[in-house]
Amino acid sequence: MTQADHPDVLPGTVGEGLAQRGVTRREFLQFCTALTALLALPPSMASVMAEAISKARRQSVIWLSFQECTGCTESITRSHSPTLENLIFDLISLDYHHTLQAASGEAAEHARMQAMKDNDGKYLVIVDGSIPMGNPGFSCIAGISNHDMLVETAKGAAAIVSVGTCAAYGGIPHADPNPTGAVPVSAIVKDKPIINVPGCPPIPVVMTGVLAHFLTFGSIPELDSLGRPKSFYGDTIHDRCYRRPFYDQGKFAETFDDEGARQGWCLFKLGCKGPVTYNACATTKWNDGTSFPIESGHGCIGCSEPNFWDAGSFYKALSMPVSATPAMLGAAAAVGAAAGVGITWYNRSTKAAAKAAHAKVTVQELKREEK
Amino acid sequence: MNHLDLLTFARGSALNWAMMLFVAGVLLRLFEIFGLGRKADLARPRTNTLGSGWRTMFTRSLPAEGMLKRQPVTYISGYVFHFGLFFAIFFFAPHIAFFRSMTGLHWPSLPSPLVDASVVAAIVALSVLLAHRLNNAVKRLLSTIGDYVAWLVTLLPLLTGYLAYHHLFLEYTLMLALHLFSVELLLVLLPFTKLFHTFSLFISRWYNGDFFGRKGVAS
Repeated sequence: MTQADHPDVLPGTVGEGLAQRGVTRREFLQFCTALTALLALPPSMASVMAEAISKARRQSVIWLSFQECTGCTESITRSHSPTLENLIFDLISLDYHHTLQAASGEAAEHARMQAMKDNDGKYLVIVDGSIPMGNPGFSCIAGISNHDMLVETAKGAAAIVSVGTCAAYGGIPHADPNPTGAVPVSAIVKDKPIINVPGCPPIPVVMTGVLAHFLTFGSIPELDSLGRPKSFYGDTIHDRCYRRPFYDQGKFAETFDDEGARQGWCLFKLGCKGPVTYNACATTKWNDGTSFPIESGHGCIGCSEPNFWDAGSFYKALSMPVSATPAMLGAAAAVGAAAGVGITWYNRSTKAAAKAAHAKVTVQELKREEK
Repeated sequence: MNHLDLLTFARGSALNWAMMLFVAGVLLRLFEIFGLGRKADLARPRTNTLGSGWRTMFTRSLPAEGMLKRQPVTYISGYVFHFGLFFAIFFFAPHIAFFRSMTGLHWPSLPSPLVDASVVAAIVALSVLLAHRLNNAVKRLLSTIGDYVAWLVTLLPLLTGYLAYHHLFLEYTLMLALHLFSVELLLVLLPFTKLFHTFSLFISRWYNGDFFGRKGVAS
C-alpha cells in the first residue's frame, strides 16, 4: 500500500497505520462510536474522535512494571476492542514494556531513554504495580530501584496512567502489614496529571478508552475524587448489576450451591461488595462481553477500591461486622453484670447505712418539743 | 482515609466497641434495676394475681379508652414510629444478615420497598412528634435535653439508612459508614438514656400489672 492509494492519509500517523493494516474507514468509525459511548460522550463526537485519532501521531508510551503480578498486562492483552495488536500498532507506539518488548538488558533501557528523549514532555507513562519505599532491593529493574525509575521517567511525561489497583492505590503489596512499604504512584509523583485505572486487573476497554480520549482531546478525561475516569467509575457494580432486582425483592443466594444460587439470585449475603465498588464490570463485562464475576456466580470482591484487601472477608455481607465475635460480647456481658453487681452492692449498703443511721423519735420526745 | 476505609472502621473496631458498651451497659442497668428490690408485700392479695402482670404487658400497649381521641397525635405517631422502626431493624435483609452473623438466628426478610416505606413512615412520625412536642405547651415544659437527644439519636440511623439506600446527598460508601456510626452512637447511648425503655418497658408493665392485681385492680 502506498501513499497514492490513500491520498488523505498523513505519513507517520495512526491513520497511516490503520490504512496499512487494511482497516476501513467504516470499521474505524464503528470503533470510535463504541468508544465515545463508553466514554459517555455525545454521539456526534465519534467522527471528531475518528478524525483526531487518524491524524494524530502514534502516541509514545512507556510502560513501567513495578511490584505487580503481570495480571494487568495479561488483561490488556485480552483487550478485544481494539485488540492489543491494534492498540500497539495503530494507536500507540509502545516503546518500553518488559513483558512485551523483544529487547532486553542495556538495549531495553536504551529504548526507554531514547523514547524519553525523542518525545520529551509528550509521552505517556503507564505504570502497573506499586512502588516499595522500604529496601530498594525489594524491586528493581536493571539495577535501578522502582522509585528512581518512576521519578526519572515521570519527569518528561505528559501524563501518567496508573493501571491496576497496585499502581493506583498500593493494592495487594500495600495490604496490611505492607512488608515492602508499598505506595501508589500518586504518593511519589505530585506534579503530573495521574489517571487511575484501578481493578485487579482493570477492564481492558477502560484502558483503551482513556488512551483514545487522550489522543482525541489531548487531555485526560474527567476524574472522580479517587482519580478515576468518571465515565467508567461513575456507578457501583450493584446499581448496574442484572441481579439487582433480586436484591430489591429480597431474593438471595444463601450458599454457593443452593436453589437461590441456581436461580441467579442476589449474592449480597455471600459477601458481594458490589454496593461499594465503583467500576464498569456490570456494563462492559469481560472477555469480549462474555460475562463478569457476578454473572459467573461469585460476588464482587471490590478489587478496584483502595485497600479492598483489608476491608474484611470477601465472604461476609457488607452489613456484617468485620471482626466482632459472640465471645467478645460475652466478655462485655460479664463485665456489665459484674459492674451491675457492684452497683447493687453499693446501693444496698447505702440503704442499709441509712437505715442504721435512722434515729427513732418517741412520742415523749415530740411532746417535749411541743412544750 | 478514603470512604471504604471509613466503612471498614465503622464495621470493625467502632462497631466492636459500640456493641460491647451496649451489652455491658444493658446488663449493668438491668442488674441495677433488679438489684434495687422491693419490700415484701405482707398483705394478703385481694385477687388471684396470676397472669395479671403478663396481661398488663399487652393491655397497656393499647391506648386507654378515650385517650386516642384526647391525644391522637401522640398515639398514632407513636404507633407508626415504633412499628416502622421495628420493621426497618428486623426485616431488612442486610440487617437480618447482621443478626445472623452474631447469633446464628435468621428469619425471612421483607422486600426492600416495603422496608423503605416503613422507614419513611417512621421518619414522618418522628418529625410530627417533635413538632407536637415543641408546639404543645405541656409537652414542651415536660421535655428535657435528654428527650431531644433521644429523638435525635433515634432519627439519625433511620435518616442515614434512607439516604444511603436512595444514594442521596453523599456518596453511598460514605453514607453507609455514617449510617453505621449513627447506629453505634445509638447503641452506646441507649442503656444510659430514656431509650433504655426498649428493655425496661415490659418489665415495668409486668410489675405494675402484678402490683395492681394484688390490690384488686386486675387487668
